[in-house]
Amino acid sequence: MSKDLVVPEKLGLKDRSVDMSGYIQRFAHLFEGLKNWSIGLPLVFVFFALWELLPRLGLVDSLILPTFFDTIRVLYDLTFSGKLILHVLVSLQRAIAGFGLSVLVGVPLGLLMGHYRQFEKITDILVQSLRNTSTFALMPIFLLVLGLGESSKIAIIFYGALWQILMNTISGVKSVDPIYIKAARSMGLSEKDLFVKVILPASFPSIVIGARLGAKIALMVVIAAEMIGAKSGLGFFIQNAQYNFMIPEMYAGILTMSILGLIINYLLVWLEKRATYWKGEIGGSIH
Amino acid sequence: MDIIVAENIRKKFKLKNGQKVKNNGVVSDEVEALSGFNLKIRKGEFLVLVGPSGSGKSVFLDLVSGLSSPTSGVVYLDGKPVQAPSAKTGYVFQQYALFPWRTALSNVECGLEAKGVAKDERVRIARELLSLFGLSDFEDRFPYQLSGGMQQRVSIARALATKPEVLLMDEPFAALDAQTREILQNELIRIWEGTDTTVIFVTHSIDEAVFLADRVAIVTARPGRIKDVIDIDLPRPRTGEVRSSSEFASNRHKVWLALKSEVTKAEQYSKLAKGFTD
Repeated sequence: MSKDLVVPEKLGLKDRSVDMSGYIQRFAHLFEGLKNWSIGLPLVFVFFALWELLPRLGLVDSLILPTFFDTIRVLYDLTFSGKLILHVLVSLQRAIAGFGLSVLVGVPLGLLMGHYRQFEKITDILVQSLRNTSTFALMPIFLLVLGLGESSKIAIIFYGALWQILMNTISGVKSVDPIYIKAARSMGLSEKDLFVKVILPASFPSIVIGARLGAKIALMVVIAAEMIGAKSGLGFFIQNAQYNFMIPEMYAGILTMSILGLIINYLLVWLEKRATYWKGEIGGSIH
Repeated sequence: MDIIVAENIRKKFKLKNGQKVKNNGVVSDEVEALSGFNLKIRKGEFLVLVGPSGSGKSVFLDLVSGLSSPTSGVVYLDGKPVQAPSAKTGYVFQQYALFPWRTALSNVECGLEAKGVAKDERVRIARELLSLFGLSDFEDRFPYQLSGGMQQRVSIARALATKPEVLLMDEPFAALDAQTREILQNELIRIWEGTDTTVIFVTHSIDEAVFLADRVAIVTARPGRIKDVIDIDLPRPRTGEVRSSSEFASNRHKVWLALKSEVTKAEQYSKLAKGFTD
């Protein structure tokens, strides 16, 4: 009988002694990633060089566009005087609060809408109408109802980020392979366990993509909201700098915004990869 | 003693909006998968269902598991009508249906979690089952890291973890290559012969049916009902050698004779159905 038993090694799978080479592989992977990433650097340098040269050569008025190095110098001063960091922290706080709320509402709502056909039918028209109404168009209403304080800004960010998270959660739930649900049911999993142990993990990769898109929108909306009615935050800082004709400061603010967006994007790409650890890797990464 | 009694089962499915089917000249938007289906399954036996595609074999498994209910008629399990899925049945699917975000060990634990078994006990049971299938070294692997045969072993282990009275297997080895299939059949029979679990096994392969079964039930072309139940008189414990015996060939021939006319009928139906949609 024993000759019929399959020896796992024969199936082409190695045993667990590959752990060490795993670390080496990971290191090689990181290096490969950096190499891929650095391919994009020369173009960024060209961009900065143009920025430096155009005002320097007098092709653009340096009052409208200060040189790159002047901007960096201002950015450096602003950063180390602590002025800018305060504004960045305020903006981040608002964005995170609004974004967090949209996750708290969007994910459970999406799970229900995706799983219960009838519930989706009931809610769909309202959701679609709200989703297709521009967040920016609604800003005056939020300000009118909630005033100039924190709550109106957080509400706007929440509204802006909600839809991507909701839609991606719904489509994630809908694309869960029905065989997982059948298997779970056959094992006698309760309705609650079905959500927590099957539907949520199966649609998690899609939810994380939604969260990434939602986070981008949250960052965009927070700046816009701060430009309309705020006394602090990066949006206020940029707007204020423009009003007072502090043009290098304005550019420094915008540059900060870009760096912030870049960091958050890579953070979320990393999170996305972690969320799909069980899928195995097919080729390279996309971000 | 009979553990499962299916009495006069009828199961109809509604087609999707706009879809129609023609049966004996009558156009309908419903398909009758089972009709007048009667079957008694003995406690502890290995019963294999064979029949043409679309004859409702898998539908019957769903009814026994409680995943769906008959349009009319009753399925009794241990004398009680089946109403909802329970730990009395375990289900193994052709597509393995392992949860890809869980390791092999954690997949096997899944049914035990639903039963509320404590963590230590869950792990102990799951490890025991994985070692039974020769997978002890793979308990921390995710499904994508396992071959098809290994995934199906994990899936069978998962179904057995809750010690079900009845194990339902829906073409479990159909997606595997011929060699792996034979190895898994041998493993299954070895493990099953050491238990008192009743198995209902669906397959298209007559060889598989004869090698595994105590009895083979022939299901007719749609709507499915039991045409014949054939006793397989091969000795147990069975090993791979039995496949090349003359008794195996004669049993195989018996099953094929009973099945042949149904397969032909099903072919004609599908041609008719195609002619209708064209």
